[in-house]
Amino acid sequence: METHLPILLIAVPLVAAPLMVLIGNRTLVMILSIAVAWSVFAIAVGLMGQVLEPGNGVIEYALGDWPSPYGIVYRIDSFNAFVMLFVSALGAIVLTYAPVSIDQQIPRSKHYLFYTSYLLCLTGLLGMCVTGDLFNVFVFLEISSLSSYALISLGKNRRAPLAAFQYLILGTIGATFFLLGIGLLYQITGTLNMADIADRLAIANTPRAQLVAFAFMTVGLCIKMAVFPLHTWLPNAYTYAPSVVTSFIAATATKVSVYAFARLVFTIYTPKFAFETLPLGEVLTVFALVGIFVASGAAIYQYNVKRLLAYSSVAQIGYMLLGISLATELGLSAGIVHMFNHALIKGGLFMVVGCFALRIGSVRIGDLCGAAKTMPWTSFAWVVGGLGLIGVPLTAGFVSKWMLLKATMEQGRWPVAVLMLISSLLAVVYVWKVVEALYFSEPSEKAKHAKEAPALMLVPTYLVIGLTILFGCWSVFSAGLANEAAKALLMTSMGGAP
Amino acid sequence: MTLTEILGLYNYWIVIFLMMTGFYIVISSTNLMKTVIGLNIFQTSVFLLYITMGKVTDGKGAPILKEGEGHDGHGHEADAGGEHLDHANETATSVGDQVAENAGELGDAAGHAAEQLYTNPLPSVLMLTAIVVGIATTALALALIVRIREDYGSIEEDEILELDRDAS
Repeated sequence: METHLPILLIAVPLVAAPLMVLIGNRTLVMILSIAVAWSVFAIAVGLMGQVLEPGNGVIEYALGDWPSPYGIVYRIDSFNAFVMLFVSALGAIVLTYAPVSIDQQIPRSKHYLFYTSYLLCLTGLLGMCVTGDLFNVFVFLEISSLSSYALISLGKNRRAPLAAFQYLILGTIGATFFLLGIGLLYQITGTLNMADIADRLAIANTPRAQLVAFAFMTVGLCIKMAVFPLHTWLPNAYTYAPSVVTSFIAATATKVSVYAFARLVFTIYTPKFAFETLPLGEVLTVFALVGIFVASGAAIYQYNVKRLLAYSSVAQIGYMLLGISLATELGLSAGIVHMFNHALIKGGLFMVVGCFALRIGSVRIGDLCGAAKTMPWTSFAWVVGGLGLIGVPLTAGFVSKWMLLKATMEQGRWPVAVLMLISSLLAVVYVWKVVEALYFSEPSEKAKHAKEAPALMLVPTYLVIGLTILFGCWSVFSAGLANEAAKALLMTSMGGAP
Repeated sequence: MTLTEILGLYNYWIVIFLMMTGFYIVISSTNLMKTVIGLNIFQTSVFLLYITMGKVTDGKGAPILKEGEGHDGHGHEADAGGEHLDHANETATSVGDQVAENAGELGDAAGHAAEQLYTNPLPSVLMLTAIVVGIATTALALALIVRIREDYGSIEEDEILELDRDAS
């Protein structure tokens, strides 16, 4: 049983998803899906435990017992175990929060389809993390993408299908670019196993083909990550999707793409190729910084809180890329810990917005005015989450920004460090804009008659928001795991398994 | 590069031509249906790239059992199985290793046969998966277009955006 955890992580939600369609009963499907999501989380915890066991390090699981380069292997080290841990945790918590919210936002007859798509999306995201086979990454990428297009189109607003459609077009272009890159790599090396590709690329004498493959895969993943100039699908998709869907996708999907990108740069290619032969470090730094400033600036001018947070997500991806672009152990740890912290913070904030959407029926700032009087708990959660987003000490956001700052200083990149600090001030502006509306404005008509959000939604929200405080104070856990992850990632780039 | 070399890569030229055609249609058209068609052409070009790379002209033959060698291989495998039975503590993994080894030997044996043209099955199989993904994408896109048309009465992107601007 314990040796089969890697495949169970994928098989359980994948098999459960079509079962939900067959069952069709709304309540039963709800209970089963939540149970599945939590058991997936338990499996991810188990895997993390196995990886961290002294002397273990890397788990290899050969599917159908076909040995490594011939068959598909699932390969888990402390990097993907960490990503899977928080993806499955957020997946489970958000799904627990879901029932009340979707009751209002999705027609009851379609609930079972929502749960099916949600589980499929979770499967795809976890699959992208767990697999050691490059073509498998593409397949899981498409599973998660297709189900997220469907989830986004469930939104009540009539603009939701168009937002999903635009995401579908861009997402498919990105995935096809990725597929093209895989094809070229296969043509060079004759294998699809990531470790095997890495070994053979090291001795392959095909610089131009390698370059083209790298370029296609990078651009493809950048679309999925919503790196600044390629982010256009994200604000609409996040704004018009149902609250639950936004919380889940915002917390997990872009981070998993960042994970895949880090794998591409460090495991398949080498940091030497990416950062010395190619100027990836400089390019990423520029795009990340421009993205942080432009997207934070755009967030300030939004009147819809969901859209505001969506632009903020684009900016936060920039911080993760900054960490990766440094290519040092400290920089990578900072990037990885920010993936984790931002997943918690943004997931939590979107859950708060979901509570407002439920009780006030709108997420425009004008309608939220004075909601602190009628919805004190929800409003307070926004304040705490917002502090985390800014990076105030004792919140999770501070830990990652501090590590990032240390990493840039270590490299002597003072301008980058200064720009990072200035950009945090922009976050203060857009978080404060909402806080001001909530606490210091005359109550709007809608907010006056609002009730506090139900406990079924508040408890999961506070769980996530509380975790951001917990990991802000107890940074040893998250930063320690991220450091392990960075070490594992750099180890793969040194050639071969430890 | 001489002209013959350039023409010799005609399959890649077709791939690039199709890819750019599809990409241009996706970018330039405002009609949602045409965008989906462009996307399909774009994806198909990648399928062709994979299939064209599967052709191996100086290959040594596919690792398929021939009659005489086949018997040999079976006997060997049976022996290996018997050995495993004797060693009670042999694990499942080592059986896997043994089978892989046998497969390797058979491949070598087949390799001694005359050089021949054969098609690497793997890229074609990969493309079966990619085609399925493509169909799912197209189906989802068409379903979304149906919903968009129900809500807006149009499938021209600029008209839809115009309607939205009027509404807000």
